[in-house]
Amino acid sequence: MTSLSPGLLLLFGAALLPLLPARPRDGVLLGLPLLTLAAVWAVPDGDALRVAFLGLELVPVRGTGVGRLFATVFALMAFTGALYALRQARLVEQVAAQVYAGGAIGVTFAGDLVTLFVFWELMALGSTLVIWSANTPQAYRASLRYLMVHLFGGVVLMAGIAGHFVETGSVAFTAMQPDSPARWLILVGFLINTGAPPLSSWVPDAYPEASPSGAVFLSAFTTKTAVFALLVGFPGATVLVWVGLWMIFYGIVYALLENDMRRILAYSIVNQVGFMVCGIGIGTAMALNGAAAHAFAHIIYKALLLMSAGAVLHMTGRRKCSELGGLYQSMPLTTLCGIVGALAISSFPFTSGFVSKSMIVQSTVDEHLATIWFLLIAASAGVFLHAGIKFPWFVFFQKDSGLRPPDPPWNMRAAMVLFAFLCIALGIFPQPLYALLPFPVEYEPYTATHLVAQFQLLLFSGLAFFTLLSLMRRTETISLDFDWFYRRFAKEPLLKFTLRGSNSRERFVAAARRRVDGVIARLFRTHGPHGMLADNWPTGSMVLWVAVLLALMLLVSYL
Amino acid sequence: MVEPRTHWLARPRTIRWIWIAFAGVLLLTLIPSLFIEQHEHFGLEGSFGFYAWFGLVTCAAMVVGAKVLGMFLKRPDDYYDD
Repeated sequence: MTSLSPGLLLLFGAALLPLLPARPRDGVLLGLPLLTLAAVWAVPDGDALRVAFLGLELVPVRGTGVGRLFATVFALMAFTGALYALRQARLVEQVAAQVYAGGAIGVTFAGDLVTLFVFWELMALGSTLVIWSANTPQAYRASLRYLMVHLFGGVVLMAGIAGHFVETGSVAFTAMQPDSPARWLILVGFLINTGAPPLSSWVPDAYPEASPSGAVFLSAFTTKTAVFALLVGFPGATVLVWVGLWMIFYGIVYALLENDMRRILAYSIVNQVGFMVCGIGIGTAMALNGAAAHAFAHIIYKALLLMSAGAVLHMTGRRKCSELGGLYQSMPLTTLCGIVGALAISSFPFTSGFVSKSMIVQSTVDEHLATIWFLLIAASAGVFLHAGIKFPWFVFFQKDSGLRPPDPPWNMRAAMVLFAFLCIALGIFPQPLYALLPFPVEYEPYTATHLVAQFQLLLFSGLAFFTLLSLMRRTETISLDFDWFYRRFAKEPLLKFTLRGSNSRERFVAAARRRVDGVIARLFRTHGPHGMLADNWPTGSMVLWVAVLLALMLLVSYL
Repeated sequence: MVEPRTHWLARPRTIRWIWIAFAGVLLLTLIPSLFIEQHEHFGLEGSFGFYAWFGLVTCAAMVVGAKVLGMFLKRPDDYYDD
């Protein structure tokens, strides 16, 4: 059976949106993701479409269990994000977000690296437009920095794919090992999109500049598509364990230092994706299941957290923790949803994070990886610290900022309630999620020892937070990161280079122009209105010349 | 008397009660450690209330570590503005 990629539904549907009047457009915005969800489940297992193209065997649509898992949560996210953005976001953002989601879903069905690359780059364009549509100068500049990082990542990935094709003669997207320069390039191309070091700063640089709804879309697709690509492409690549651990602690430390509420959450995306990358590096069935389940759960609770932060931003126009606080008094629903998201990200029992992350931790026990286990336990405590308590505490509680905004409009509330419900439902009934995982699940999260361990760990982390609160007083600061190199260190040389470059380009263009102008001027002299070769010769002179010729001939014949 | 305008959650009395309840819950989570043997895989986590003290200590370490790094990394938030 052949079928087209479900992602195309969103891509082409998005193109229709600007042509529709407002009412039907709302219906299409919400209907398209649901239609896509149905299409995702209609794709059968195995290659559903094969195309020969330029001598390559392409498989644009391949149904797999893990692809369906990611595509399902992407479609869910596209629906809930569209609901959240329905009344507030600009049309260009809504269209871009659908294209972005369509690209992400396209990747999850890619059976070859070329198809993957095409959808990968579509995502880069869609997401850049999402950031751009916040319509501020800061967002515009951030979107260009974001685009540069992703185009660079795209070039690295393309170079890797080309090299891989030359080596193996195949572009099939299957499990690989980083054992040649080409495959290292593919791995690096994937990792750049996960927010791996050293370029992690693109996440907290770009996402918080988007609109309230824009950041919700952004949190879901790019990094998790990269997790999907690693999960299929590089399971068990040991280097990923250490890359993941770095990301985990990077996220915690920078989030602890951060003052902007949505940047805290952006750092915690890197932190959470770190858990998944680490699990993929461990590479056992338990670890890969954990990484996939955690990606599914993470998309939902991180979107929920960013929706609650977006609601605060939408209602108050403020984004710094130092200017917020006490909002629980007038925004009870937003506060509650924010807390549910915060508990889920912390893997609190009876939330989605508890049933997913613990599988990654369990895999280190099964494999006797002591060091990694201790680090992951410490990191789990750190997640509660930097996202689980810090975010809700500084935004909704802490001091009274005097702000009394009401909860956001109905569509934003509905989107938050839907995802808050899913966070708890998945936590209490993990079986449907477990059934979707790539490998059979032999894991029971709710044992007495696990519950006791998790309650002890999290609650005593909470104790640490509140006793050390004075060390975490908010300061109106940002923290230096790798982006310093391209935003500050290389700024003067790059500016100079740009100026010099454009000067010399101008000189070159001017010289070329002079040359062309010279040619034109010469032609003008000979062929212009006064040029000899362009002259009109009067009939009289022609007759005269004919007479002269005839006279000459007469003369010659007499001689 | 408390000002009537103050939200009940923000009153010092409530906050004191929350602290007491929190301390109670913390103790409560430690009680099962007296009876339940945590599976011992790597040695250390067999110790009494391992997850409690480990969480407390590592969190304190992360907060202090972040604070120290912050001394070097923090810049005013208009640092990159032109």
